[in-house]
Amino acid sequence: MTDVIADGAPAGRHKGSLLAQDTRTKKRNAAEARFKIYGLFAICLGLLALVWLVTSIISNGAGAFQQTFVTLDVTLAEERLDKNGNRDPDDLRKVSTFGYAPLIAEAMEAKMTETGIAVEGLSAKDAAALVSKESPAQLRNFVLANPDQIGETVTFEFLAGGRIDGYLKGRVSMESAVRDSNVSPEQLMLTDAFVEAGVVEKRFNWLFLTAPDASGQRPEAAGLGVAIIGSFYMMLVVLVLALPIGVAASIYLEEFAPKNRVTDIIEVNISNLAAVPSIVFGILGLAIFINFAGLPQSAPIVGGLVLTLMTLPTIIIATRASLKSVPPSIREAALGVGASKMQTVFHHVLPLAAPGILTGTIIGLAQALGETAPLLLIGMVAFVREFPDGPPEGLFDPASALPVQVFNWTQRSDPAFVERASGAIIVLLIFLLIMNAVAIMLRRRFERRW
Amino acid sequence: MTDVKIAARDVQVYYGDNHAIRDVSVDIKDKTVTAFIGPSGCGKSTFLRCLNRMNDTIDICRVEGDIAIDGEDIYDKRVDPVQLRAKVGMVFQKPNPFPKSIYDNVAYGPKIHGLARNKAELDEIVERALRRGAIWDEVKDRLTEPGTGLSGGQQQRLCIARAVATEPEVLLMDEPCSALDPIATAQIEELIDELKQNYSVVIVTHSMQQAARVSQKTAFFHLGYLVEYGETGHIFTNPEDPRTESYITGRIG
Ligand SMILES: Nc1ncnc2c1ncn2[C@@H]1O[C@H](COP(=O)(O)OP(=O)(O)O)[C@@H](O)[C@H]1O
Ligand SMILES: [Mg+2]
Repeated sequence: MTDVIADGAPAGRHKGSLLAQDTRTKKRNAAEARFKIYGLFAICLGLLALVWLVTSIISNGAGAFQQTFVTLDVTLAEERLDKNGNRDPDDLRKVSTFGYAPLIAEAMEAKMTETGIAVEGLSAKDAAALVSKESPAQLRNFVLANPDQIGETVTFEFLAGGRIDGYLKGRVSMESAVRDSNVSPEQLMLTDAFVEAGVVEKRFNWLFLTAPDASGQRPEAAGLGVAIIGSFYMMLVVLVLALPIGVAASIYLEEFAPKNRVTDIIEVNISNLAAVPSIVFGILGLAIFINFAGLPQSAPIVGGLVLTLMTLPTIIIATRASLKSVPPSIREAALGVGASKMQTVFHHVLPLAAPGILTGTIIGLAQALGETAPLLLIGMVAFVREFPDGPPEGLFDPASALPVQVFNWTQRSDPAFVERASGAIIVLLIFLLIMNAVAIMLRRRFERRW
Repeated sequence: MTDVKIAARDVQVYYGDNHAIRDVSVDIKDKTVTAFIGPSGCGKSTFLRCLNRMNDTIDICRVEGDIAIDGEDIYDKRVDPVQLRAKVGMVFQKPNPFPKSIYDNVAYGPKIHGLARNKAELDEIVERALRRGAIWDEVKDRLTEPGTGLSGGQQQRLCIARAVATEPEVLLMDEPCSALDPIATAQIEELIDELKQNYSVVIVTHSMQQAARVSQKTAFFHLGYLVEYGETGHIFTNPEDPRTESYITGRIG
């Protein structure tokens, strides 16, 4: 019986035992195993790069969230701050930050006497230089806000200077201080003693997130406040403009537009736009919004408009894909019970496409959040210390943006800004992570409905 | 009792250059089940979809000729297909409930056509429709559950209930049982038999047994032509056209 079947079978039919693999099978299995190894290797390589990137950013940037503070008791001497003694705000404002610097020097001397710390060869002026150059301004703002405190002794926490902070973070050493005109070994010795005494201390630094940028000489005072607000405003503009315009355009193209040459051309061009380098959008924005429409430079509204142009293709492509993925049977069902085209779209198609649209939008927003090049062209790279007003007027005030701030800080010479820039990258990445998490959450939530 | 509900005269349908329906003229009677049979690709669905202008949604589709329901030309410029489809309900080959609750599935049509003034009236309409769809007893305790969670046969009866909820006068069914098992099919066939008391039912089927069981009138389509149309019993026992005979005896199709 078996012979008969074997005779009639085509040549090459498997004749051997099932328990032993023939050469063809062996070859096939080997190829499969090799392919798996290649894949695994590629994934490991990717993971390794990611881990490396993340650890290097975190190890560089984590320091930005910690800052060294100096606690001093400052006597707000009336004869220096308010000679007339009448607390007239206009008179108080006449005393510049230079008028406040001696107060800090005095407080520093008092602190050294109080703790019994003395360092040979350290002048009072150098000792006072432990605190940031930002401190007199901090003191002045306090006095202008609380004139009734003049004459009292108030405890302040001043930012330590960038080099002192660097010393506590291991960036500055005794050896480097010898060669550094900005800091002397004596100052570092004083710092050591103050750390023992609890006067100088490293703590979590909210100012990094809330303070505006500072000049190149004061890295310790530089913060992301203006950049975060600027980025937030731009995202607001992008969301408010790109989502409705993108979804409306997609619905029209996908559901209503006739399929002809014109719509074909539009379709091709939208795909092409998504691939256009972002700096091109920056030039476009410069030409249209600033030179032609006369909107102010460095303003979040212009940044938002440029990023909207950039994000629209992404949103349109994602929206059209998710509209397409809604089964036609749903459309037929709705049309079959007499729904109009618009009712079909808004009652049935759009809700089913919503998770995809949302995900696409958030990914588009995340892309826009990290975009730098077009913002450089519209002047968002300017040094901005003033916080913009609340929306909507604030949209027209100058502001910075997170990625631009990173770019900006990497351009500065003081090595303390490397830490700042890495810290800003961490903040940016955290925002991106949050946005992606929200995208996933929304998606789950909408999809779980059925 | 058996007046003409739909009158079609010299209907031609083109998909681009493809002439899919040729010179079809037919009178479909009220309160009767009419079956469209024929080999696949002969244009049954195409012709059926002309009756509620579902073909309008296909860009390349062009319909010529006259189709009148109760004497009114449905391809007249003044006719809004949306209104027409409320009057001519449709059930599709694959059950396609909305991904919404059972209640919302049925209530959707009456809602958009403004058939209910308040919630109580809507409830009543939904219950009546579900009873007509012979599915009320199975779902009355779970109206808020998704319609997509029902079995295939239940889904199809839900779709029928959804179609009758808008109080149509004609019910078009395109192979409503082709995705169902024999038991569900039997239930639907029974339901069709009941529906003919209130509606003019037109059913496309690829099963001649089904046509014989449920219909009073049968139309045989072949290559876009309406070859033969008459009493179901007559067509199956005594076909006049040789093509009909070959199809019924299994030689074509
Ligand atoms: N949407 C469409 N676009 C183009 N041609 C179609 C379309 N639907 C049907 N046709 C063509 O029309 C003819 C009839 O199809 P159809 O009505 O679906 O046949 P049946 O339902 O009898 O199987 C076929 O030749 C088919 O290719
Ligand atoms: Mg068909």
